[in-house]
This record gives sequence, C-alpha cells and structure tokens, in this order.
Amino acid sequence: MFIRTVSLWRKNIYRHWQLYCIVALPVLFLITFNYVPMIGIQIAFKEFNPTQGIWHSPWVGGEQFEMFFGSPYFWPIIKNTLLLSIYALCIGTPAAILLALALNEVKNQRFKKIVQMFTYAPYFISTVVLVGMINIILSPTTGLYGQLSHLFGVTNVYDILGESKAFSSLYVWSGVWQETGYGAVIYLAALANVNPELYEASKIDGASRIQKIIHIDLPAIRPTIIVLFILAVGGLMSVGFEKVFLLQNMLNLSTSEVISTYVYKIGLVNTNYSFGVAVGLFNSVVGFILIFTTNVLARKFSDSSLF
Amino acid sequence: MEKAKHIREPWSDRVSIVVIYIFLSIILLCVAYPLIYIVSSSFSSSAAVMSGKVWLFPVEPTWYGYQAVFQYQQIWTGYLNSVIYTVSGSIISVALTIMMAYPLSRKTFMGRKVLMWALLFAMLFSGGLIPYYLVIKSLHLLDTRWAMILPGALNIFSIIVAKTFFQSSIPNDLYEAAQLDGCNDTKFLTRIVLPLSKPVIAVLLLWAAVGNWNSYFNALIFLNSEHLYPLQLILREILVLNNVSTNSITLSPEQLKQFEDMKTLLKYSVIVIASIPVLILYPFIQKYFVKGVMVGSIKE
Repeated sequence: MFIRTVSLWRKNIYRHWQLYCIVALPVLFLITFNYVPMIGIQIAFKEFNPTQGIWHSPWVGGEQFEMFFGSPYFWPIIKNTLLLSIYALCIGTPAAILLALALNEVKNQRFKKIVQMFTYAPYFISTVVLVGMINIILSPTTGLYGQLSHLFGVTNVYDILGESKAFSSLYVWSGVWQETGYGAVIYLAALANVNPELYEASKIDGASRIQKIIHIDLPAIRPTIIVLFILAVGGLMSVGFEKVFLLQNMLNLSTSEVISTYVYKIGLVNTNYSFGVAVGLFNSVVGFILIFTTNVLARKFSDSSLF
Repeated sequence: MEKAKHIREPWSDRVSIVVIYIFLSIILLCVAYPLIYIVSSSFSSSAAVMSGKVWLFPVEPTWYGYQAVFQYQQIWTGYLNSVIYTVSGSIISVALTIMMAYPLSRKTFMGRKVLMWALLFAMLFSGGLIPYYLVIKSLHLLDTRWAMILPGALNIFSIIVAKTFFQSSIPNDLYEAAQLDGCNDTKFLTRIVLPLSKPVIAVLLLWAAVGNWNSYFNALIFLNSEHLYPLQLILREILVLNNVSTNSITLSPEQLKQFEDMKTLLKYSVIVIASIPVLILYPFIQKYFVKGVMVGSIKE
C-alpha cells in the first residue's frame, strides 16, 4: 500500500513537475516571511542577546510573560484594545448594513450611483491622509470644527484631538466615515442575489417595505454578516496599528495605547526584543483562540461558518 | 406582470422611501463635504483658510499651496519612491499570487490540501512584529528598497480569491482537452488560464497597487534613510508630525514671512496631490473591486 502510494506520487511528480516548479517560488516566500518568523517566537521564553542570536540566548521560561501580566500597562492596553475594537464593531457593522439596505431600496439608478461613488471613495484614502484630514478639520483653532464652534459663539472650544475621553469615538467615527461605503458593497452583492420572486410574493401578500426588509433582505445577508462577524471577532485583539499610531499624542495616550502600538514601542523603539515578542505572542494566541471559538459557535448556532 | 407595476404603493411605503432618500442624502453630504472642503481650501488663499471664509468653493483662488508642493524636494523624492515600490511591488505580488493559486486550483497537484492549510494557518497566526523584523534584518534587507517590495509580496487573501476564481470559472474539461492536444501545465497557464482570468488579475493588481501606495508601516519599521522614504512617510512628517522643513525650500527673507502661510496651504494641496494616482485609478477600482468582492465571497 505504502509503496504503491509512493510510486503514484512519483508518477504524478514526473507528469506534473511543472506545477511543482511554479509553486516553488511563492512557497519560498511563504516560508521566509510567514513561517521563519515563527521560529523567532522562542525569544519570548529567552533573554534575547543580539550577539548570541535567537538560538543561543539563554532560556528564562515564562519570566517575560510574568513581567507583562504584572506590569501596570497590562490592563490599560488590553482594555483600550478591546474597547476600540468592540466599539468599532458595534457601530461599523450596523452602519454598513443600514447603508446597504437603504441603497437597495433606491430605484433611481443615478442617485444610487452618486451615493455609492462618494461613500466608497474614502476607503481608498491612505491612513496618513485620513489622519492629516482629521488634524486639519478638527483643529480647535484653525480647523473647520473650531471655526464652526466660534460661529456658534463657543469660546472655550473642546479639543477633540487632545482629549483622552474622545479618542475612541474619534477612532470609530472616522472609521465609519472611511469604511461604511466599502462595507456596504459586500452586503449589496448579497442582496443582489435575492430571488425577485420573493419580493413579488411578499408584495401580493401585502407586506410593507419595512416588513420586506426585515423578512427578506435581512435573512438574505445573514450568512455574510456571520462570516464578517467571525473575522471581526478574530481581529478584536489586533486593532490596526496604522491609524491608532498616527492619532496618538501625549495627551490621549491613556486611552490610545493598544497592544500593537505598545509592542512597537517596547520591542522596536526600545529594542526590548524578548518582552516585545512575549506581548506579541500573547496577542496572536488570544486572537487565534477567539477566531476559533467564534467559528465553532457560529457553526453550532447557524449554518454559516468561515471554515 | 405589467399590471403589478401599477399597483399604488401604500402610504407607509411612500413615507418610508422618502425617509430613505433623506437618510442617504444626509450620508452623502457627510461623506462628500470633508473631501470638497479640503480640495476647495487647497485652491484658496491662506488668509481665507485661516480666517474660516472657505465653506464650499475656493475663496480668493491661488496656486500658492501647489507651488509650495512643487518646490518641496522631499515630496517628489517620496513620490518617485512610492511609484517604484507600487509598480514593482504590485507586479511581483500578483505574479506570486498566480503562481501559488494556479497549482492550488488543479486537482492533479498533490499536497494542495497541506499547502492550503499552511496558508490558512499563516493568515490566522503570525510570529508577531519583532520576529518578522528580525527575519528582515538577518536577510540584510533593512534600509533597502527590497524591504518595501519583498516582505509583503505574498498576499494570502489574494491567493484564495484567485484560486476560487480559477476553480469556479475554468472547467476541468478544458484542461483535459488541452492536455489531449499536447498542452503542458505551464502552457495551459499562460495560453488559457491567464487570458481567461483578465478581470480577476485586474482586481488583484488594483488591490495590490492601492495597498502599496497607501501603506506606511513597513517603511516606518524597515527604512532609516530619508532618500528611500515613500510618499506616505513624508506625508506623515508634514500632516501628522507637523514638520515642514525649511531647508528643502529656498526662501528669500520676505518669503520666510510667508512661510507660515504656505505651510497651512501646503497641507491641503499635498493631500490632493498624494491622492491623484488613486483618483485616476478610481473608475477602474469602482468597476473591478465590486467584482473582486463577489469572487471572494463565492464559497467552495
């Protein structure tokens, strides 16, 4: 049996050797940039010393983790990370669904196209430019926001950018501005696949527009919602570095420091490699567990799942 | 059928559609206004911008902001670098995607299950930032142009999209027929699969290009020399860190007085200039991204 399989393999490789040659290069990339870094995870359990390298640095066991769990930064950054991602999920998802459902009702194609064109566009603005725009527009002195406040006679303008309490809202609502149009596209694609006979039948049964949305449209996009939800939960621990890092300043650091920015600062800026890897590993493992559990739950309670 | 169209909608439906139109108009306004404001301000005089006279259209139209951008050497170095990274990075990325997705889509390729799992695992779990950085360091890619092109070239999500597309739209019979005519695996890829996959390749190219153009993270951690910086890092200096360097612009004493004014306008115009490439691609993006999203959502 074993010998037969081996000879089958040999025959297959002989006939399709070109396929294996084609795949070799991307596999090399996969190994180099995705799997070789995983070897570096062991630094988390070592006292990394650049002269000794990854392999020869001395083992210290869970010391780095104890240090992280005991550090005064532990709870604040976990709290900030989860708060930002849950807030973003709770506002972002309904916003995209709402936009898609509303657009789906519009019969005037020109209006629909214009709305889509504009709401879709901000997604392609870079994070740097987005944060630049936020800084310009929300500046309490020269910005549009500041000038509007003056216009309404507010003398002591609330500084959104420098206020730690406002950070999460700033992060989430700028995200809504940027990503809702893009998010809606996926739901619109799912809505386009609804069998039109369902709408006709509901019309004959006297369903109102709202009833139609609740009983036909929402069930139609349910699988999409679930898959995107699983992905989002898997990403709860990994709030995007790019935007948070750019929005950070000395004034809002108490609410804006998240795991990824902390790893960057501790690990790369302060070159405390072992500690940085330990924090990063903690983050990856929790993220991995989260996405698996949600997937199992989704499979159990609905018929859609990611894998 | 014809008659069904003439049924008068009940009043509740007519109210709800009005509400929907109003809702969408408000959203349109909220999304579009900041964009219009930035563009209009970039063409206005700095005095008008500073004193809040710009609401919708440019006030006291000038080109000063754009002149400042044109004189700012670092922006153009960054622009050129970004073009280099985007073009080469996207081409390499899409080539790798196809080279991985094509064998994965073929039933005659053994080990595709193992490889698929290896890809999925890599998508969900990673070594983290620092091991990644150390690998790039040990490959001596730090502070080179290659660091901007190679590490991010393999995009697992794109591979899955391409694989799904190949599987669903290129029938196995076609391969068998081609094989009978003496077509080998490589020829089948170049002569049949690629010509049939033009739309999906366009999507992947656009995806990669927009991603490369807009990203700054790899540049932030891998680059030290300013002459290698992509545009986004220069923009970060100007827009976020508020560092506008005077030595890159040659200023006469009276110009120095206007420097502060220029600095304000520069921020608006540099946003417009930096977004032009994406703006040019936008019609194609609109056409193809939606298709890409659809392809990605097809489940096996």
